[in-house]
Amino acid sequence: MNGTTILIAAVVFWLAAWYANTRLSAVKAESRVAATAINLLIPLLFGMALLALWEGITRGFDVPAVLLPPPSMIWERITNSVPTLWADFRQTYLKAVVAGYVLGCGAGFVVAILVDRSPFMKAGIMPVGNLVSALPIIGVAPIMVMWFGFDWPSKAAVVVIMTFFPMLVNTVAGLAAAGHMERDLMRTYASNYWQTLFKLRLPAAMPFIFNALKINSTLALIGAIVAEFFGTPVVGMGFRISAEVGRLNVDMVWAEIFVAALAGSLSYGLIALIERSVTFWHPSNRN
Amino acid sequence: MLKSRVLPVLTVVVAILALWYAAAVILNASFERDQAERAGTEITFSEILPKTMAQERPVLPAPHQVAVELWETTVNKKITSKRSLVYHGWITLSATLLGFVMGTALGILLAVGIVHSRVLDKSLMPWVITSQTIPILAIAPMIIVVLNAVGITGLVPKALISTYLSFFPVAVGMVKGLRSPEAMHLDLMKTYSASRSDVFWKLRWPSSVPFLFTSMKVAIAASLVGAIVGELPTGAVAGLGARLLAGSYYGQTVQIWSALFAAAIMAAVLVTLVGVAGNWFNRRMGVRPEAAR
Amino acid sequence: MLAPDKTMNTVIQAEKLNLTFQTNDGPVHALSNIDLAIEKGEFVSLIGPSGCGKTTLLRVIADLEKPTDGTITVNGMTPEEARLKRAYGYVFQAAALFPWRTIADNVALPLEVMGLDKAERDKRMSENLELVDLAGFEKKFPWQLSGGMQQRASIARALAVQPDMLLMDEPFGALDEIVRDHLNEQLLKLWAATKKTVVFVTHSIPEAVFLSTKIVVMSPRPGRIHDIIDCDLGDERSLDIRETPEFLKIAHRVREGLRAGHAYDD
Repeated sequence: MNGTTILIAAVVFWLAAWYANTRLSAVKAESRVAATAINLLIPLLFGMALLALWEGITRGFDVPAVLLPPPSMIWERITNSVPTLWADFRQTYLKAVVAGYVLGCGAGFVVAILVDRSPFMKAGIMPVGNLVSALPIIGVAPIMVMWFGFDWPSKAAVVVIMTFFPMLVNTVAGLAAAGHMERDLMRTYASNYWQTLFKLRLPAAMPFIFNALKINSTLALIGAIVAEFFGTPVVGMGFRISAEVGRLNVDMVWAEIFVAALAGSLSYGLIALIERSVTFWHPSNRN
Repeated sequence: MLKSRVLPVLTVVVAILALWYAAAVILNASFERDQAERAGTEITFSEILPKTMAQERPVLPAPHQVAVELWETTVNKKITSKRSLVYHGWITLSATLLGFVMGTALGILLAVGIVHSRVLDKSLMPWVITSQTIPILAIAPMIIVVLNAVGITGLVPKALISTYLSFFPVAVGMVKGLRSPEAMHLDLMKTYSASRSDVFWKLRWPSSVPFLFTSMKVAIAASLVGAIVGELPTGAVAGLGARLLAGSYYGQTVQIWSALFAAAIMAAVLVTLVGVAGNWFNRRMGVRPEAAR
Repeated sequence: MLAPDKTMNTVIQAEKLNLTFQTNDGPVHALSNIDLAIEKGEFVSLIGPSGCGKTTLLRVIADLEKPTDGTITVNGMTPEEARLKRAYGYVFQAAALFPWRTIADNVALPLEVMGLDKAERDKRMSENLELVDLAGFEKKFPWQLSGGMQQRASIARALAVQPDMLLMDEPFGALDEIVRDHLNEQLLKLWAATKKTVVFVTHSIPEAVFLSTKIVVMSPRPGRIHDIIDCDLGDERSLDIRETPEFLKIAHRVREGLRAGHAYDD
């Protein structure tokens, strides 16, 4: 198939998909299953049409592969590089991201509980925590390399710092979420601090805590990958991206990005699923 | 009122500074001990103390060292000098601002489209939400190198990364905001036979202002991070990110910390400015302080 | 008002009770020189317009607020001691059920806090759900129940502690008339069977007269007691008594008391 044929086919597919989506969007589904199916189908169709258009334009106009490779080329690269991709994933995700995420979120949670007992500390730490959350924390990467070396611990350290503050701020906000009436109720039961914490305030805080966990899953991955741009041993997703970019092997870069995107969305999705089952009672999760 | 807000924050800041000084002494002490051993002399703690806070390449620079370096490279250097943090700061800032403005504009446009077109809503919105779970920043090096290869260098590629990063929070926030009017208010407009354009300008747009500013705070912080990361692939030429990278290559600890602080100060100032602007608009429009999250 | 005589059976005794709140707009005298004695087994209603201090008085009895002057004893102890000994069950204006717990777990909540073992918790839980006619709803979640049923569950929860006293803050205020009538009847049956002391805050004149043995009419600014009315319509009451002359006479006296204390210039 030459380039022009693919381009024409892609445009036709795009138009057909757009038309199909327009019709589908207007459908009033009869059952919840049908509605969910349609709501999944439409963006899927859109995504496929976009991929087709991408393939069509790059092949049809002979776009240089160093500028934008066609999806088929990227896919070929992915299937041919599984060992490399897996090694990079293991280094960046399984080591740096997971360790940093668990430590950072855990520390943020514990400090929030400690701070909870003192309104003075809370009033002091919250503004500072909110401010730090807005700063380009990724900049500490070179400092972490100096302290912890080139390997994954320094990247995990960056992830710890990046995930600590959103977790702290959200947990503190969540601990304040339980209503006054419910707190008075626990007082009438002569409930002590810990009983009230575990039976009322922590369950009520779960929506906030999971909000932070979701945000942090993205931040952790970004932190680990970008931290590797500042220097890393010869393996890792960030390393691979910056190295292959230097060699203008753009298709390999896209392959790594694909793996990163997959890891990111699956992590987020997993946490969202757990969130659903833990916060089943929250109005946003019921209809 | 002021006392109950300022005093705790002040206490925490002072505590952090104290811990920082203590950590600097502890971390830098072993270097001093090694130096003394090599020179064959003994060194006491009271001699170590001042030395740890004045090292050239400390493991952890003391707060005043960072402050002095900041002062030296901003006030005491000509703005055009390649060693001036003002010069580097401006390079990063210009990419940040350009990217932020473009990203916000695009985000608003997309949000308007999504809210008014069912097709766009159902086909695009899931992808916008999914994209928030993807580490988009990983694309930065590729964009820089690829655009450089076709001759687009300097400000524009970095601004494009910043655009990309600030576009998503604004799009998501504005969709929420444009959809935030109460059902009762929308019904009211219907009873006036208001056109879609009327409903947009008189109801949806004003309701979305708090959401816009909240998401712009996130967007401008993301935009700055994008600009900094965008400066890395070109081998550290100019900008705060470049200074960070150069400092790490040459082991210039104090330079790294001062660049980091310059970036942090810039972020804090930008976010505060957006926040103040947001508060001003909110107050003028009668918004309750915690209305937009 | 003359300080009421303390008898052997006095469970709540308030003397010259005062509570002043410091707010941004200046001090608010929520309670001013309250003198009140409540005997064991009485059903006492506190009625009055907004701001008369009826809820505040209930909260002081429950040790949810501290008075700024005067004395108050509950079961001969301070309110705090009484609270720590779990002398009462409190029912709020809303059901305040925890949405992540089933109805059964919600009713068992205070029993968990008290440290009772599972067998005892289950026993009390089913007994009290039975009492309020909610047997069979153990595994449901609060949002799956109607407003009236949620409130019944919260009453079952208050009863499960087996307190001698029930403190209820406008528990039926958010419900419609028919459900309210039904719950009033059930509450009265419960009271007649268990002879608990009940202090009941309400806005509704017919509700106060129907349920109570004693009605305390309060007035605002500052919050004080305007009138204490004995309401001896007998122990066996049905909803029909609301049309009898005795009922209407008492209701009239209550209404007069409310009018006297009410200012319309706000």
